[in-house]
Amino acid sequence: MPGLYVFIEHDQGSFSPASREALTAARKLGERLQEPVVATHIGKANPEFKALCEEYGVLEGVILEDPKLLDYGPELWGQAIADLLALRNPRVVLSIGTDRGNEVLAQASARTGIPFVANCVDVSYGQGWNLTRLQWGGSLLEDSAVDSPTIFLTYAHHSVDDVPTPAPTEAVIDAVELDLDPILSRTMIQDRVTLTEGTTLSTAAVVVSGGRGVGSSEGFACLEELAELLSGKVGCSRAVTNNGWRSHADQVGQTGTRIAPEIYIACGISGAIQHWVGAMASKNILAINTDPEANMVTKAGYAVIGDLHEVIPAVISEIRQRRGMGS
Amino acid sequence: MSDFPTKTRCVVIGAGIVGNCLVGHLSDMGWDDIVLLDKGPLPNPGGSTGHASNFIFPCDHSKEIVDLTLDSQRQYEELGLQNTCGGIEVARTEERMEEFKRRMTSAKCWGIPSTLLTPAEVKELVPFISEDVILGGFYTPSVSAVDSLETGTQMRKRAQEAGHLQVFANTEVTDIETTNGKNKPKVSAVVTDRGRIECDTVVVACGVWSPRIAEMAGATIPLTPAVHQMADVGPFDVLVETQQELAYPIVRDMDTFCYERQTAGSMEVGSYAHRPILHRVEEIPSNDEAALSPTEMPFTADDFDQQMEEAIELMEFLGDGEIKYAINGLLSLTPDANPVLGPTVEVEDLWSAAAVWIKEGPGVGRLVAEWMTHGYPHLTDPHGADIARFYPQQRNVHHIEARCEEHFNKTYGIVHPREQWDSRRDVTTGPVKARTDALGAFYFEAGGWERPHWYQSNQDLVQNYGIQEREHEWDGRWWSPISDAEHLHLRDHAGIVDLSAFQIFEISGPGSLEYIEHMVVNKCDVKVGASIYTPVLNPSGGFRSDLTILRLGLERFRIITGAFDGGRDEYWFRHNMPGDGTVQFENRTNAVCTLGVWGPNAVDLLSALTESQLDQDAFPYGSCQEILLAGIPTEMFRVSYVGDSGFEIYTAMQHGLALWDAIAEAGQAFHLRPVGAAVYGTSGRIEKGYRLMGAELENEYTPVEAGLARPKVKAADFIGKADYLAARDDSPCAQLCVLSMNDLACEAGYNRFPMGSGNEPILSPTGERIVDAKGRVSRVTTAGNAPSVGKYLLMSYLPVELCAPGTELQVMYQNELYPVTVEATGPNLALFDPQNDRMKN
Amino acid sequence: MRVLVCVKRVPAPGSRINITPDGLNVDTSHLGFTTSPHEECAVEEATQIVEQHGGSVTVLTVGPPEAEEQLRYAASVGGNDFVLVVNDTGEDWDPQRTSTAIVEAIIDLENDAGEYDLILFGNESADAGGYQIGIKVAVALGRPAVNGIKGIDISGNTLTARREVDSGYEVYTLQAPAVLGVKEGINLPRYPTMKGRLASKKAQIDRRDSSTPPGPQQKVRLHQPEETVTETQVLGNGADAAAAVVDLLADLGVL
Repeated sequence: MPGLYVFIEHDQGSFSPASREALTAARKLGERLQEPVVATHIGKANPEFKALCEEYGVLEGVILEDPKLLDYGPELWGQAIADLLALRNPRVVLSIGTDRGNEVLAQASARTGIPFVANCVDVSYGQGWNLTRLQWGGSLLEDSAVDSPTIFLTYAHHSVDDVPTPAPTEAVIDAVELDLDPILSRTMIQDRVTLTEGTTLSTAAVVVSGGRGVGSSEGFACLEELAELLSGKVGCSRAVTNNGWRSHADQVGQTGTRIAPEIYIACGISGAIQHWVGAMASKNILAINTDPEANMVTKAGYAVIGDLHEVIPAVISEIRQRRGMGS
Repeated sequence: MSDFPTKTRCVVIGAGIVGNCLVGHLSDMGWDDIVLLDKGPLPNPGGSTGHASNFIFPCDHSKEIVDLTLDSQRQYEELGLQNTCGGIEVARTEERMEEFKRRMTSAKCWGIPSTLLTPAEVKELVPFISEDVILGGFYTPSVSAVDSLETGTQMRKRAQEAGHLQVFANTEVTDIETTNGKNKPKVSAVVTDRGRIECDTVVVACGVWSPRIAEMAGATIPLTPAVHQMADVGPFDVLVETQQELAYPIVRDMDTFCYERQTAGSMEVGSYAHRPILHRVEEIPSNDEAALSPTEMPFTADDFDQQMEEAIELMEFLGDGEIKYAINGLLSLTPDANPVLGPTVEVEDLWSAAAVWIKEGPGVGRLVAEWMTHGYPHLTDPHGADIARFYPQQRNVHHIEARCEEHFNKTYGIVHPREQWDSRRDVTTGPVKARTDALGAFYFEAGGWERPHWYQSNQDLVQNYGIQEREHEWDGRWWSPISDAEHLHLRDHAGIVDLSAFQIFEISGPGSLEYIEHMVVNKCDVKVGASIYTPVLNPSGGFRSDLTILRLGLERFRIITGAFDGGRDEYWFRHNMPGDGTVQFENRTNAVCTLGVWGPNAVDLLSALTESQLDQDAFPYGSCQEILLAGIPTEMFRVSYVGDSGFEIYTAMQHGLALWDAIAEAGQAFHLRPVGAAVYGTSGRIEKGYRLMGAELENEYTPVEAGLARPKVKAADFIGKADYLAARDDSPCAQLCVLSMNDLACEAGYNRFPMGSGNEPILSPTGERIVDAKGRVSRVTTAGNAPSVGKYLLMSYLPVELCAPGTELQVMYQNELYPVTVEATGPNLALFDPQNDRMKN
Repeated sequence: MRVLVCVKRVPAPGSRINITPDGLNVDTSHLGFTTSPHEECAVEEATQIVEQHGGSVTVLTVGPPEAEEQLRYAASVGGNDFVLVVNDTGEDWDPQRTSTAIVEAIIDLENDAGEYDLILFGNESADAGGYQIGIKVAVALGRPAVNGIKGIDISGNTLTARREVDSGYEVYTLQAPAVLGVKEGINLPRYPTMKGRLASKKAQIDRRDSSTPPGPQQKVRLHQPEETVTETQVLGNGADAAAAVVDLLADLGVL
């Protein structure tokens, strides 16, 4: 029977926050389409998988196993989804539009000919699929129609709130043994290099970000200090990376990292749309800018009008004082 | 953030270089309640100022522009925001080297130190230039680069700190409301997306957006947004290692219409050589829609390729520089390339301060502030920039775009002082055009009208009178020996002149005498049929206009003014109408055709067409009568601007052709020839020493200095009277003079002929500039051959101590000196028939 | 090494992107066009690879005739050969049609001049952002593909590719011929020099038509996301606002 298969993203067995968004999205879409939701796990059995399904009200899970699934590999995972299609004939396979989510479904689409639509924010079915999806990183929305009984899709990252809904009954987990072509192991991860332990830009609760207004790479010192005090990370705008003041890894925006912290502190950032789409999922935004009319200021919930090089040191000193650290 | 005001005295729209400088100067002049608005953010709201190259080459051929530029440089310097780096214009052609001689002449005239350089000397200053592609340079050490954004910020702050100004950025003007004014609509409020401000005065300083903003009030500001391409290229070691923003002079590659300006480690290459790319105001994106800023439009690389090749020719290293930033920058072009300043003609208290370059911005700010404060500016006479100069047919997009397309590539071009337009011709023609065409008329444009300048059909007279061609092509360009032959023929027989372009206004109503007395210097309460030639003054006593008034009835006057002055004069006369219905103003230019007939045979010729007596006794000089000529109703006015007896004849436009034909037919027996405006406007005039508005007559000089003060002053009050009386009481420090050239031969041995285009200085015998006690430089205001006197004459104001006839001085033309002698000064400057016997025979 | 880079012509918008009245396209009347940022980096990466290891760079685009501008831009910064697969339908092709057209062109090009050792794509286009063209091309050609690449090392036939993740990077090792989707940040693309620009005028462009049929996905309309009007609470001006800022941080529980 068909069904709505949601592919759970994990890295070496640990589920990504996106997988929770995926489950939430799948449950809602399942209700809309009147389709049972089946959570899909790729790789060897994971004891936490069942609990995760139940946490999100999903009553059925399937584990796609193969001894070759030692680690993430786009071709292996994509073929696993392709095999699932043959085995279970799902109506939808969905995930979240992370790097892996989009990559795996694109692979599966390429291998099956089933259309894949990335970064949706709304999905329904009438005379075929009606999708609303992001264009321009979210600056525009596209309504799209897809003429196909089956579809692969991702929901845009951070577009779905993570809402657990405990299942009334225990989930039933099935395991399916695949026989993947060994050649597909050629794109499996060979090695990992860790540069930052713990919090990262995309998971940090606090991101202190600087734009052209910071003035220089040295100018980021006070942003670094504030971020450290708040156990946060430093981000920046595209203007900053283009000027070579910071590494591209710190860039927030359409072509950089999409973030969703508790608070985004945007310092001297005018708020070009390409930056905004990377930061708009933040729960709170505080803009510090000399121009009260800057886009970032008008879009932020909170603002301080002034020179960041005066405001940030004052904030740092206030924090130290309250913590009894002196300044 | 202050609350948005609901009422103010003056709203200035646009926070570019002009709007900012204007509010600074208005504040200095006592305007204490000003609001400055811009739809963009500060300090760079996204207009042309924000992407300007910010350099200033002070030398221009126009006095008005130079006055504004030099004042601007002084202001930038005072603010400490000027970097004087020097600048070199380089020539690749012989023609350009000739132009540099003209630039040297202008530089001498305005007192701007400049020198001509050999290619090797250019290379000494700019070591990376390829000296083999250039023939020489024109070097001006006072060329500078300025910080226009910071200048604007400081000017704005000056007014804010004085408590005179509130500034609102990111505030879009959505409407300008008007109410009934004295004679036309008057501004009453500015509506914005933040609220409505009632106000008395509005200034549109919106650069490329100005037409759209003015249109909200029902006014026109004739300009078009146009593209100027530029690219920032670099970095280059040779520039980086200077560790300076500008270590080398700015180079203008004049023959490729490009410039190269160092900006720290990079070079900015800009061009006026690409095809004209004009935009409509509505095509300019908003700040939000623009990828960069609204006036930094997407670069169209194809248009710039040739300029890149030429830039590499001049500076080879440029080829290896990365193009880091390149834009189609928008700037404002006007139909005649001059700014559009002053009160708009359509709406009272709505001002324009638009189409201004960075080099003129602060000066324009001061000038417009003076104009708004005192009724007319002191800084310079802005008649070339006055927005009222345009006629209705010149205020629309067809005219604006056609002319801007034509002159864009002349931005660095060599423009002859007499140069005529190609585009938008034959838009305004008189009733006799078919006849003058048949006579081979060569037309000059006069205030939009086609006016015959000489007639090819008179070629035979050139041989008869033995007139020589001018040897130097430049002197002979837009000139014909036929003109001198026509002049001599008129003096010997008779000539008919097509004066259709005359601007004719009629004033009527019970208040007309009182009104017209208020407007002009000389007494107008004359008997019906009499004429008045009179100066018109600005409130401060300087010349605003000179014109002729005919009293056609007790309550009816006709004003006749020049083709180039009609727009400004009409504005002024309408602006000062009482507004109580006692005076009516009608522009009858398009209804009245004017023909002139002069020469020894003129009276006899015209007498052949009428029963009326036209002799001096029956029809004295200076009077006007209704006469039936060949059965056509006319008004004949016995007057002469050419020095021979004859008439200006007015008839209804629809009779013009028949009148021409009748006169031409009768004229066959009197050797009548058509005579062009070159005789009427220059050679005939200069022999009689008659002054011309915009040449001799301008705001800087008084009627006393021009020799036009009458012995008595009328009792009635008139505009400028107080200053006029004061000027009469003072002994003037300068007087208008006529000078003759002793020797026209240049160093190369052939004769040269100064143009009289305003930039040729009169110099002392030792070659020094002559400046009067009020700081005014002596320069040629008119130059022309005087065929009947046998001399080449010049007009110039001179300090009184140099005015005595016989005083030996020099004139500079194309960077060479020629000896001249003062011939006449005072009221009567005529060298031909000084007693006017011929005119009054 | 023979490297092929696939690029897309996209508008270069400002902070507000307008839509044409029919709702189907971005209103480009005020806009210039550029290459998607990731792809600009792909061209730069290819150029650097060839500068280091020898070979040649072919740049291919599927787009309107005007996309020649993007190929010439690529020529001005380093490409050698240029292929324009003309889409003269006036609308963007869906991912299936685009990838099929590219595959057809590649097969053709490889038949003529041999296999490409490396095919680079941008991770996703700036406008449509479908995230799949490179992968579809790779699968159709039977080649390995990895997306999200911000570093490439080459040793003989072995490509070591680094993919950025939150905490650092993952390393993939592929054997040529392979396909990689790269991201901005892999390099800082050079600007064209004036000489480069002038030389690019002479670049030969290989124009091809494609008879690929339309795919299953159809754009219905574009629209602006609902604008959330935020009432900005100004906490203060300059350094004086510090206490209010710290209060806010405390309220949010991040202090």
